[in-house]
Amino acid sequence: MPIIPKMVGTRIKRREDPRLITGQATYTDDIQLPGMLYMSVLRSIYAHARINSIDTSKAKQIPGVVTVLTAPDIAGQTDAVPTAAEVPGMKRPHHPLLAEGKVRYVGEPVAVVVATSRAVARDALDLIDVDYDPLDAVVDPERAIAADAPLLHEEFGDNIVFRVEHANPAVDQALKDADVVVKLRIFQQRLIPMAMEPRVTVAQWDRAMKHLTVWSATQAPHLVRTQLAEVLHVPEHHVRVIAPEVGGGFGAKLNIYREEILAPYLAMKLGKPIKWTQTRREDFAATIHGRGQVQYVEAAAKKDGTVTAIKAKLLFDLGAYLQFFTPMIPGFTGLLMNGAYKIPALSFEQIAVFTNKMATDAYRGAGRPEAAFIAERVMDAVAAELKLDPVEVRRKNFIPKEAFPYTNPAGLVYDSGDYEAALDKALQKVDYAALRKEQAALRQQGRYLGIGVSSYIEICGLGPSVLLPPKLKAGGWESCTVRVDPSGKVTVLTGISPHGQGQETSFAQMVADELGVSMDDVVVLHGDTALVQYGVGTFGSRGMALGGTSLLMSLNKVKDKARAIASHMMEAPPENLEFGEGKVFLKSDPSKFILFQQVVEAAYGFKAGIPNIEPGLDATSFYEPSNCLFPFGTHIAIVEVDPETGEIQFRRYVAVDDCGNIINPMLVEGQVHGGIAQGLAQALYEEVVYDENGQLLSGSLMDYAVPKAAMIPWMELDNTVTPTPVNPLGVKGVGEAGTIGSTPAVVNAVIDALAPFGIKNIDMPLRPERIWRAIQEAKGGRA
Amino acid sequence: MKRTITITVNGQSQTNEVEPRLLLVLYLRDVLQLTGTHVGCETSLCGACTVMLNGQAVKSCTVLAVQADGGEILTVEGLEKDGKLHPLQEGFWEEHGLQCGYCTPGMLMASYQLLQRNPNPTETEIRHGLEGNLCRCTGYQHIVKAVQYAAKKGLGAGG
Repeated sequence: MPIIPKMVGTRIKRREDPRLITGQATYTDDIQLPGMLYMSVLRSIYAHARINSIDTSKAKQIPGVVTVLTAPDIAGQTDAVPTAAEVPGMKRPHHPLLAEGKVRYVGEPVAVVVATSRAVARDALDLIDVDYDPLDAVVDPERAIAADAPLLHEEFGDNIVFRVEHANPAVDQALKDADVVVKLRIFQQRLIPMAMEPRVTVAQWDRAMKHLTVWSATQAPHLVRTQLAEVLHVPEHHVRVIAPEVGGGFGAKLNIYREEILAPYLAMKLGKPIKWTQTRREDFAATIHGRGQVQYVEAAAKKDGTVTAIKAKLLFDLGAYLQFFTPMIPGFTGLLMNGAYKIPALSFEQIAVFTNKMATDAYRGAGRPEAAFIAERVMDAVAAELKLDPVEVRRKNFIPKEAFPYTNPAGLVYDSGDYEAALDKALQKVDYAALRKEQAALRQQGRYLGIGVSSYIEICGLGPSVLLPPKLKAGGWESCTVRVDPSGKVTVLTGISPHGQGQETSFAQMVADELGVSMDDVVVLHGDTALVQYGVGTFGSRGMALGGTSLLMSLNKVKDKARAIASHMMEAPPENLEFGEGKVFLKSDPSKFILFQQVVEAAYGFKAGIPNIEPGLDATSFYEPSNCLFPFGTHIAIVEVDPETGEIQFRRYVAVDDCGNIINPMLVEGQVHGGIAQGLAQALYEEVVYDENGQLLSGSLMDYAVPKAAMIPWMELDNTVTPTPVNPLGVKGVGEAGTIGSTPAVVNAVIDALAPFGIKNIDMPLRPERIWRAIQEAKGGRA
Repeated sequence: MKRTITITVNGQSQTNEVEPRLLLVLYLRDVLQLTGTHVGCETSLCGACTVMLNGQAVKSCTVLAVQADGGEILTVEGLEKDGKLHPLQEGFWEEHGLQCGYCTPGMLMASYQLLQRNPNPTETEIRHGLEGNLCRCTGYQHIVKAVQYAAKKGLGAGG
C-alpha cells in the first residue's frame, strides 16, 4: 500500500482552485435559466424626503418591461425585512421592501422593475417619476442625538435606537485616584466591505410543486432560507437556497436584504425566474457598511504604567434602518475594551442612533476592531503621557499566561493565551531595541521613523447558542455529515458556507488523516440547503473551529462504527483498532489489518449480517461550543512619515499571530494577509463619506480607496501556537484577527513617528493631508 | 438597431447580432456564455473584467462589443492549452494566489500582459503592473508570488 502522508498541518494546495483559475466556477450572476427576467431597483436620490407620488406609467410602456411595482402594489403580501438581533429596550423600525411614504437614505429602494433584458430593466428606471419633498437629513451621530435633530422614524419621538449603560463606581474612583488620566476621542469611520463580487440573487418558483429555489451570494444559505420562508409565507421545506461560488463576503453577505426578498417574491408573482444583479454603486449605497462609532475614552493609570480603569462613551451610527444583526455588532466593543490587559474595572455607556445612511452591520471584525483599537491606543497614550516605553507598559498590564481561563470585567472568559510570547517573538524579529536607537538618531536628522505595536486579542467563533439572539432560529453551533459510499469514497456535507476560506481542502486533510484515506477520495460539499443538513454558515472566524469540530465529531462516529464492523470481521476488540494508509489495523500489531474498503463493503453489502449494527456508514453531528475563542498576537508596523507631504512609507510590517493549532498553514497565511490589508486600509485609506445632506460622496471606487497592490507592504508573518481547550482541535479562528491587530499597529506607528511634534491623535484614515495638517497645527502654523 | 459582429474568441470565430450599447464583458458573459470574465464595478477600476483584445489587456467593461468587431480576444478560458495549465494558472494555484476567486480571471489576464512585456519583473514592478486589478481577499502578497512563480518558469515564445 502506498504510504499516505499526514495531511493536517501541511501546506496542501487548494482543491477549490482548478475551477477558479480556469474561469469554470459558477457565481450567481453566471446562472441563466430559461425564460429568466431581469430585476432592477429605482433608488432614492435623497437622504430624507417624503414621497408625494410615484408615476410608473411611462416606464411600463417600454417594450420588454413586464412590471413596475412600488410599495402600495406589494402591501401586505410579504413581511418586512427582519432583524434578528435584540438589545434590551431597542426600537424596531418597520423595514419595508420598498419605501413607504418616506425615504431615509440615499439608495433606499423605491420601486422595482422586471424586464426581459438587463438593458431594458436599466432603461425603465429613468422613466419612473418620483415626486419628493426633501427633508433635512442628519448624518452626524452626535447631531442625531439632539432633541431637535431631524426625526427619521416619527413614531419614536427621537433618533435613539437604544441606550445601554454598564456603570461601575470603581471606575470613577480609579479615575479620581489615578496618577494620570488619558483621554481619547476616537472616530471609527464607516467602511465599505467591498467584496469583489457585488450582491446577486436569482429566484425560481415551481408553480406545480409550490417550491421556491433561490441562488444568492450569501454567507449563510440556511439562515436565508429560514428568513425567506417566514417573510414570503412559504413553508420552509419548500424553500431551497443555494450559495453558488461566492466572491467574498467579509460579513456583508451575512444578512438578508430587501432585494434578496424582492427577487423571489417577483418570481412567485410572475411565475418566471428573476435575476437581480447589483451594480457597484448600488453596493456602496445599499449594502451594509462596517464600523461607524464615535468613542470617548478615558483611562486611569498609575505612574508605573499600570492601567487601572477604562471608561468609554460609545456612540453607534447605525443608519436609517436595522439589518439582520445591526444593533448587536457594536455591542462587542465595550465588552472587550480591556483587550489583552488585566485592567480590573471597565464602564461604558452605549448610545445607538438612527442616521440618514445605509445600515451598518457585521464587517470583518464586527465590533472587535473597535475594542482592540481602544485597548491599544490607551496603552500607547499612557506610555506617551508617562514617558515610558509602550512595550513595557504592555508587559506590565498583560494578563499573565498562568491566569487562563481568565474572566474579564465584562464576564467574558478568555480561553487561553500567552501574550508575552507573541510580543517577544515580534520584538525579536524587528530587533526592537536597535530600532528605538535608530529612531532617536533619525530624529536628530529631521526624519520621522515610527514604531507601532499592537498586542491585540479578539473574540470569535461565536459561540454558545445562548449568546445568539433569541429571534434567530439558529444558534452558535455548527453541523457536519460524513458519508462514506460503497466504493469507499467520502463525502463531507458541512453546514458552513466557505467563500474563499478553503475548507474544501482543509476538511479533506482532516478526513484523510482520520480515516486513512487519500485526500483525492474526499469531496466537501456546502452551500445548498437541499443537500446539507441545517447549518449556520461562514462568518465570525468560525469555519475551522466550529465547522471543523463538527466534522471531527462525525469522523469519530464513522470510525466508531467502522471499528465495530472491523472488530467483528477481525475478531479483535474495537478499542485496539486504528486507521491509516487505507487500512484498519491492530494498534498492538499493525501487521494484522483489513482494508478500510473491506469494512465499507461489509457496511453496505451487509452480507455477513453483523449483529447489533445497522447497515451503512455515515454520521451527522451538531457541535455546540462551550465558549467563544480568543485569538491574539502582536503586530509591529515600522513606518517613516515625510513631514513635507504627510506621506507614509512602510519599512516593515511584522505580524506574530496565535490562532491555536493550524490545519493548513498556507490558508492561515492567506487569511492573515487579507485581514491585515483590510485593517491597514482602515488606518490609512478608506472612509465612507456622506455630505451634510446625506449624499454619498464616496459612491464608487473612484472616490473610495480600496488598496491596490502597491499600497500594501510586504507582510512578514510568524506565529505562536497556544491551543484552545474549548474544542478538541485546539483551533481558534483567524479570519478576522489580521484586521483587528493591524489597524492600531499602523495608527500607533504614525503617532509614534510624530511624537516629536507633540501630536497625540489623528483621526483615521490617516491620509497624507490629515497628517500634514496635524503637523502644521502642532508647529503653530495655519493648517 | 443591432449590428452583426464577428470576433475570434479563444481561437474560435463567433458571429452575433448585438446592440451597439452592449459592453464587451456582457457579450462574453451573456451572449457567448464565457462567464469566467467577471464584472466587479462600473467605473473601470476593479479589473475583474480584464481580457486580451488584439494583444492588449483591456477592461472589457469599458469596451463596447462592436469595438471588438474583427478582433481577437483571449479570456481566462483560453489560457489552458490541451488540458495543460498556463504557468500563471499553475503559479496562482501553487502559491495560493486566490481565495474567493472573483478577481482571479482578471488578475491572470493582467499578469499575462505584464509578463509578456516584462518577463522578469521585480516585486515593485508586479505591484505597479497590477494596479488596475483589485483583490480584497489576498492582500496581494501571494499574487506577487504567483506571478514570480510564472516568471521563473519562463513563458517561452507566445506565452
